[in-house]
Amino acid sequence: MRYRVRNKEGETVNNNVAVKKKGGVKGFFKKVYKYRAFLLMLLPAVVYTLIFAYYPMTGIVLAFKKYTYAGGIWGSAWNGLNNFKFFFQSGQAGLVTRNTVLYNVAFIIINTVTQIAVAILLTEIHNKHYRKVTQSIMFLPYFISWVIVGVMAFNIFSSDYGFMNRLIVALGGEKITFYTKPEAWPFILVFFNLWKGVGYGSVMYLAAIMGIDTSIYEAAAIDGANVFQRIFKVTIPMIMPTTIILFLLSVGGIFKGNFDMFYNLVGNNGLLYNYTDVIDTLTFRALITNNDFGMSAAIGLFQSVLCFITVVLVNKLVGKYDRDYTLF
Amino acid sequence: MAANTNHLGRVKHGKDVLALNIIAYTFCGLMALICLVPFLMILAGSFSSESAILKNGFSLLPQDFSLEAYKTVFKEPIVVFRAYATTICLTIAGTFLGLALQTMTAYVLARKEFEWRNVFSFFFYFTTLFSGGLVPYYLLIRQTLHLADSYLALLLPLLFSVYNLLIMKSYILGIPESLIDAAKIDGCGEFRTLVQVVLPLIKPALATVGLFIALAYWNDWYNAMLYIKTEAKYPLQYFLYQKINDIEGYKKLIANGTVSGAVVSSVSLPTQTLKMALTIVVTGPIVLAYPFVQKYFVQGITIGAVKG
Repeated sequence: MRYRVRNKEGETVNNNVAVKKKGGVKGFFKKVYKYRAFLLMLLPAVVYTLIFAYYPMTGIVLAFKKYTYAGGIWGSAWNGLNNFKFFFQSGQAGLVTRNTVLYNVAFIIINTVTQIAVAILLTEIHNKHYRKVTQSIMFLPYFISWVIVGVMAFNIFSSDYGFMNRLIVALGGEKITFYTKPEAWPFILVFFNLWKGVGYGSVMYLAAIMGIDTSIYEAAAIDGANVFQRIFKVTIPMIMPTTIILFLLSVGGIFKGNFDMFYNLVGNNGLLYNYTDVIDTLTFRALITNNDFGMSAAIGLFQSVLCFITVVLVNKLVGKYDRDYTLF
Repeated sequence: MAANTNHLGRVKHGKDVLALNIIAYTFCGLMALICLVPFLMILAGSFSSESAILKNGFSLLPQDFSLEAYKTVFKEPIVVFRAYATTICLTIAGTFLGLALQTMTAYVLARKEFEWRNVFSFFFYFTTLFSGGLVPYYLLIRQTLHLADSYLALLLPLLFSVYNLLIMKSYILGIPESLIDAAKIDGCGEFRTLVQVVLPLIKPALATVGLFIALAYWNDWYNAMLYIKTEAKYPLQYFLYQKINDIEGYKKLIANGTVSGAVVSSVSLPTQTLKMALTIVVTGPIVLAYPFVQKYFVQGITIGAVKG
């Protein structure tokens, strides 16, 4: 964002630099006076961000400390890399990182493909009411909290009362105790993640499809393209920029686990952790269940650093592909 | 041109079009059905009798129609209404404060004559790239700001989001600069320009971002779990979360024989249906309001996506 603006207005910026050099400190205060209304309007958000985003960054030192309540962040004794050592040697680091990444890869691929499919197929439905009703229903899950999704998951997968087991039994199968079967959970989690995001995500792609110039379709029709060719040769290539932006945004969060989802669907069910524990749920348990502030901070820092590196790398990659779509 | 349209018209009746139509109608219908079924299951469960659920499990239609579960929920209506009141107040306060904060900030960052706007943009944007994580934030709320068990611990964390800021900024950038310049020439200060010129022009953005913020407050249970201890202060979603955990815990106690099953038989106290009824009481309003707000949501996201 910064660079683009600078390139566009290269000259203006250069002029300003010259002014600054002349003005020095005095020029700076002159500008502060000139922009006083702007600065005043920014003040609340800046103060908020300093307190709620930048100040907590200093708390990262906790990752290298043995936290005591009396000592607080600054008074607690240094602990070197012990918090990290424990995290890595216990094998948890590998497990939760693997789970987080694999879940996100599955979420990104399955959600993107389904959302695009839904968007394309919705535009092919010419009955206005049918289109509106199906789209509205698909959007509905986005509006409810994960607490409620947790209840729904229980309704379907509970071993005693669950709908799924009724279905299995009715079809002559044997009951599956889902809540003690970790290997079932990747599917359940992927399903509910898709379930909650399909309507919302497809709105973005619908918008992109609506933005396509209709004359391209007319030209394709004149050239004898059938509807499937129209979709694969026109629609999908034309919504590529949107797809890439949304893809980039999701890849940037590949080391972030959706705590809301994992905690409400899995909860504190230790039987499932091998397949369901992600970085965020481990951070939470280390803090709330074990009261191990140092360890929790260490895991948090590990995650923040990984997230930061991924976003920067992905942004560079996209920049090579097309500069206009980079985020910063 | 007319010939082309006719040609297109004929193509519409081709085999490929028919195939695509079948795929589109079936696929979208199926997806919608899958999205709807879990809601129906909760609704059906809430109107079923406890014994029927214990015997047959959950289904799509009420079994042995009963209002017992709702009667149990509203035995102490004050508890439910208090949770509602908390959430409604938080949502209203948070939405208005959040909108004011985000709009004001976005306006400044969208003003091209403000030379430092890139510096400040980066100042905000950087917080999405890197964060201190859970522990420092937890300590900030609890120990630095002493907000444990305070409503502010529910209000403040969701007040400002860089994502909403970016949406708002992209909307404001879409306003012709000449309008703002004209206001300046007429002698408007920045605040007046924002309120009298810009705000009326970004009504869709206010609706979208406002709804995003409102939804975040309405569905928040996480901050309550971390910071709120007093039961009377629970917002709606955390109230539901706690109730469900209580019911499950209670069931386990009965199963383990810690509490005698004879004292409270599982039939006289609905558990499964009670969970469903509670969920309906908590979800109901949002599902009912949904048809009215959805339009703004879709419009907002659509305009935002095209502009962004």
